[in-house]
Amino acid sequence: MANKKIKVALVGNPNCGKTSLFNALTGLNQKVANFPGVTVDKKTGLCKLSDAKGNEIDAEIIDLPGTYSLYPKTMDEHVTFQLLCDPRNPLHPDITIVIADASNLKRSLFLCSQIIDLKTPVVLALNMMDLVKKKGLEINIPMLEKKLGIKVIAINAREKIGIDELKQAISEDLTAPRADFINIRAFAPEVVDLIKKTIHVNSDYVAFQIANNYELIPFFNANPSKKEIIKSFLDEHKFNSSHLQAAETLERYKILTDKVIKDVVIQKDAIQSKQFTTKLDSFLTHKIFGYIFFLLILFLIFQAVFAWSSLPMEWVQKGFQKLSEVTQTSLPAGFFNDLLVNGIFAGLSGIVVFIPQIAILFTFIAILEDTGYMARVSFIMDKLLRKFGLNGKSIIPLVSGVACAVPAIMSTRTIQSWKERTITILVTPLISCSARIPVYTLLISMVVPNRYVLYSINLQGLVLMGLYLIGFLTALLAAFLLSFVLKAKERGYYIMEMPVYRMPRWSNIGITIVEKVKIFLFDAGKIIIAISIILWFLASFGAGDRFKNIDQKYQRTEYTSTLSSQEIKRHIQAEKIAASYAGSFGRFIEPAIKPLGFDWKIGIALITSFAAREAFVGTMATIYSVGEEGSHESIKDKMIADINPQTMKPTYTLAVGYSLMIFYAFAMQCMSTLAVVYRETRSWKVPVLQFIFMGLLAYCASFAVYHLFK
Amino acid sequence: MDTMKVGQSATIISFTDEVMSLKLLEMGCVPGEVVTLERKAPLGDPIAISVAGYLLSLRIDEACTVIVSIHD
Repeated sequence: MANKKIKVALVGNPNCGKTSLFNALTGLNQKVANFPGVTVDKKTGLCKLSDAKGNEIDAEIIDLPGTYSLYPKTMDEHVTFQLLCDPRNPLHPDITIVIADASNLKRSLFLCSQIIDLKTPVVLALNMMDLVKKKGLEINIPMLEKKLGIKVIAINAREKIGIDELKQAISEDLTAPRADFINIRAFAPEVVDLIKKTIHVNSDYVAFQIANNYELIPFFNANPSKKEIIKSFLDEHKFNSSHLQAAETLERYKILTDKVIKDVVIQKDAIQSKQFTTKLDSFLTHKIFGYIFFLLILFLIFQAVFAWSSLPMEWVQKGFQKLSEVTQTSLPAGFFNDLLVNGIFAGLSGIVVFIPQIAILFTFIAILEDTGYMARVSFIMDKLLRKFGLNGKSIIPLVSGVACAVPAIMSTRTIQSWKERTITILVTPLISCSARIPVYTLLISMVVPNRYVLYSINLQGLVLMGLYLIGFLTALLAAFLLSFVLKAKERGYYIMEMPVYRMPRWSNIGITIVEKVKIFLFDAGKIIIAISIILWFLASFGAGDRFKNIDQKYQRTEYTSTLSSQEIKRHIQAEKIAASYAGSFGRFIEPAIKPLGFDWKIGIALITSFAAREAFVGTMATIYSVGEEGSHESIKDKMIADINPQTMKPTYTLAVGYSLMIFYAFAMQCMSTLAVVYRETRSWKVPVLQFIFMGLLAYCASFAVYHLFK
Repeated sequence: MDTMKVGQSATIISFTDEVMSLKLLEMGCVPGEVVTLERKAPLGDPIAISVAGYLLSLRIDEACTVIVSIHD
């Protein structure tokens, strides 16, 4: 017999330990998808239970976004509302677990009291009982159960205490709470009655919630006539949603204060004078030490993502190189061999190589979140960054962007406001990342003289620093302008709890890293593989018989007798890339990029750079047939020696060099970043917009720079 | 609320912005509740208040919408 299946929703305030509980219940059996139609991540996990008779139950645990009330204000809260208040929703839970921070009992019970009134089975998991004790308080749990009319279980999600009791509670046949917490019908009797009749719900409070947010219920969108009836009925009865919401909230808090908290919470010891959090805050949000400490943290993150990840990244690249070599020699040469090695393996390597950076950055992000320090980062940085339309927390993606935009964009998840998060995502790729370094250094070494100005400042170093500075300032300026252009989808608040400091839990951090890596590999990875196969095709095939003709040409004795096989191979590669579709495309766009000082060869590199910006160097090596083993110096020499056939002057003048550097500083030439922006915003709108706006910016800036230095 | 000094306590009286008030209400800032200004960010904004046993941070322009009676 198949196991019984139940759906369990996990609901709670932000920072109440909901993620810890979700991890404790499901371990690594977690999946991330998205709720249909919206951009909100849906985290689900499987939990095996067995009932009193020993029958197995498969419980699907749904981790709902943290919220303070059922009234939806943000996109995340829409999801919670739709799941819990619409019995027709396919994910409507059989049981709801409300997790409460026991040290913030009143605020947590507010949400719980709303869920009780929905009249579906509820269990209250009372977390952080250790903090209650520290505050010198005690909670009378049997009394709380009696007052609320539901089962209450004390747990410690971080230490995994009370989890078995909670599992047992949800495996029993729970009945819905019998008594209403507040009499909501009294607020709007006619409206409640009408909705109950129209869509057959039996809870007064569900009816009342639906009256407030009927636009979010798919049933009404499918039955416009019924929607119209509700709408005119609400108007007729002067149903004022905001007023009623406020009245309901006040009523709930009044009952909680007068009738629940008073009898449930017992003051045992005198409150300890100064709490640990208060002491730590006076240091960490101090006007000098606070910033020094934060700067040290940023420096550490930067070092880690930049330096510590370089070794594992090298292993990944070496490993794939080895794999490619073995495959290339062991499989018969031909189309599939080439596709496998240069298309698929190259793409896979380009995906796997990001894992070290993602894992390292999220180790830090998870620690900052888990300890409660992230709220302080926001607190001390908010005023500075708000001027640019950013959030205090945007500083972390902006700084990580110096290493790589991919993990940086994934880390914007901690920013709650949609607008501030979108702006951060849009401007982060303008920060010069490590993939631009090989391009910058090659071009600088070609066109900027290696001499000193003002006795001690190296000119090449100065230009490199200038490029970083331009990237950073442009990002801020773009953010500032975007803050006027972008229309907020919802009203943004800063209002946020500053949680007490806690030690991080390594298991939570481990699960976060696994989750982020999985999201990147499977969601962004698909797109990266697809694009890299297209790029491989463009660079490996040419129209008509062009490739065959090149192969035949170098079989003639005039070449075979004078050139070594290595040299022939390089010449063939160089001619083939020029004859390829990428080469044709380079020539095709030449008129468009000519005003920037670029020729068709640079045009090819602009296309191949889409795989990763540093591919510029490799492509130049192929085009100028120095071979892949060619040193930096030999590529540089060949490029310097290149003569423009029309002007008979060197191609790479100072103006072209600067123009190209600026182009690489601004243009969105990174498929991995685009793929990850798509994954994080769950739509093509933002990445396409970003591609266009950064492309236009790069074009205009390069045009200006080229003509300035020409 | 924006005129409070660090260390001062006050009682919440009412709100001037309805939408903002709904958010503050559900977080436990209900009229009659006593709040204490615990600290200000180094640049004076945002501020952190303790309310209903926890620490809440909000921007000055959000705090402006809360009318309080400051205790002596």
